[in-house]
Amino acid sequence: MTKSSSSPTSSEPVVVADAPPATRLKHRHLLGIADLTPEEIVLILDTAEAMQEIAHRPIKKVPTLRGRTVVNLFFEPSTRTRTSFEVAEKRLSADTLNVAIATSSVVKGETLVDTALNLEAMSPDMIVLRHASSGACHLLSRVCRSKIINAGDGMHEHPTQALLDAFTIRRHKGRLGGLKVAILGDLLHSRVLRSNVLLLTRLGAEVWVCGPPTLVPPGIERLGVKVTSVVEDAVRDADVIMMLRIQLERMQGAFFPSLREYFNVFGMTEARVRLARPDAIIMHPGPMNRGVEIASEVADGPFSVILEQVANGVAVRMAVLYLLAGGAEDEAAA
Amino acid sequence: MSRSLVRIAHEIVERNRGVDDLAIVGIRERGVPLARRISAELERIAGKGVPTGALDITLYRDDLMRQAVGPQPLVRSTDILFDIDNRVIVLVDDVLYTGRTIRAALDALIDFGRPRAIQLVVLVDRGHRELPIKADYVGKNVPTSRRESIQVRLQEVDGHDEVVIQPDEQ
Repeated sequence: MTKSSSSPTSSEPVVVADAPPATRLKHRHLLGIADLTPEEIVLILDTAEAMQEIAHRPIKKVPTLRGRTVVNLFFEPSTRTRTSFEVAEKRLSADTLNVAIATSSVVKGETLVDTALNLEAMSPDMIVLRHASSGACHLLSRVCRSKIINAGDGMHEHPTQALLDAFTIRRHKGRLGGLKVAILGDLLHSRVLRSNVLLLTRLGAEVWVCGPPTLVPPGIERLGVKVTSVVEDAVRDADVIMMLRIQLERMQGAFFPSLREYFNVFGMTEARVRLARPDAIIMHPGPMNRGVEIASEVADGPFSVILEQVANGVAVRMAVLYLLAGGAEDEAAA
Repeated sequence: MSRSLVRIAHEIVERNRGVDDLAIVGIRERGVPLARRISAELERIAGKGVPTGALDITLYRDDLMRQAVGPQPLVRSTDILFDIDNRVIVLVDDVLYTGRTIRAALDALIDFGRPRAIQLVVLVDRGHRELPIKADYVGKNVPTSRRESIQVRLQEVDGHDEVVIQPDEQ
């Protein structure tokens, strides 16, 4: 389906057969990978390549979003995503407003829409939303004037995480098409999984997903992935191993007997990593449960690119903010 | 075109009494190959290399979001792999028109440090400045109407060297 650039560090656009490269995004919100074409994904990744350099300057700031206001509205705890968005916004000179749930009126019973409309009365340009309910971003996109960026909605999507994962893979492998990517862990509760599967299959990767049958969402194979409960099958000859966190906070029932048993059967150990290709990379969106889904030796080992993912997250979010601020096709038409 | 670039290289050496503390920075897209050509010429004249870099000014433009249609400018990478403090920076672009690109480039450069001076090379000066900006070295002055468009094509980017003046079709 796709052909990719050859050099891992090059910012040359990836050539997608039969489609001209995208020059701007189609939609004014970023609600999920589901709305993006392969060309738009490549545009975001290429723009992120250029943004990466700003982190190495003496003055890590460009004036692009001067005078724009971005609200970071986080209804769920987050360290990486929130700080990453905030750093990205500040590097582009936007004014940022952080609304932390514990100190907001939500604890007094205000609804999501009311909170958003009240914030919107202060005329921000964009709202970055993290919420425990799937579809919260779609809801806000219908009632708000601001552009909405999904920073994770329930068990639905986490598009900027998938974009930064793809960016990290492309930097190491030079391409996405034709790679074997194994995604292991709590598939059922993972928005990171959904966004990654949509993105990776769109760009031609071979995606394997693996987890205990109780944590495999029914019908996942319809997204074009191979499903297994045998870690060895998923990991064998993989170019990329992506671990997902066991999300205990979302588990009401008993999905597996114990954390120790989970680690024994599904945990990523050095022995299992050895089944993958010798140049495989190990990824994790964080936060990690060491000794549950991933062994410390693997998390801190030579194949781990986990901290690189965090650094790349800033560049990818800068690219998304820049491209949305520049205006989308559906705004030009309106 | 190549004769103009050779003359400009000689003028740069003359004005700066050599190439010590000099660095060349091309503005993307077509300023970059021009900067490389001038840099090669300077090396031939002075017998030593001059650090050469590339600057992308997309993030410093003053028209983001003002043009609702058409392609959004693609952000390309900036490669300035040397310290610009106390150097004389020779900034290179293909066409000097309103001066807004150069304004953005000056802002971008100053974010990298404090050069001793910045000088400007353009291959073509077509007039119609909107800002108080003037080139130090000019390949050719080409008086134009605002309705015309002027395009520099270069071997490295377009496959051949030429400067084309086109009447506006609107």
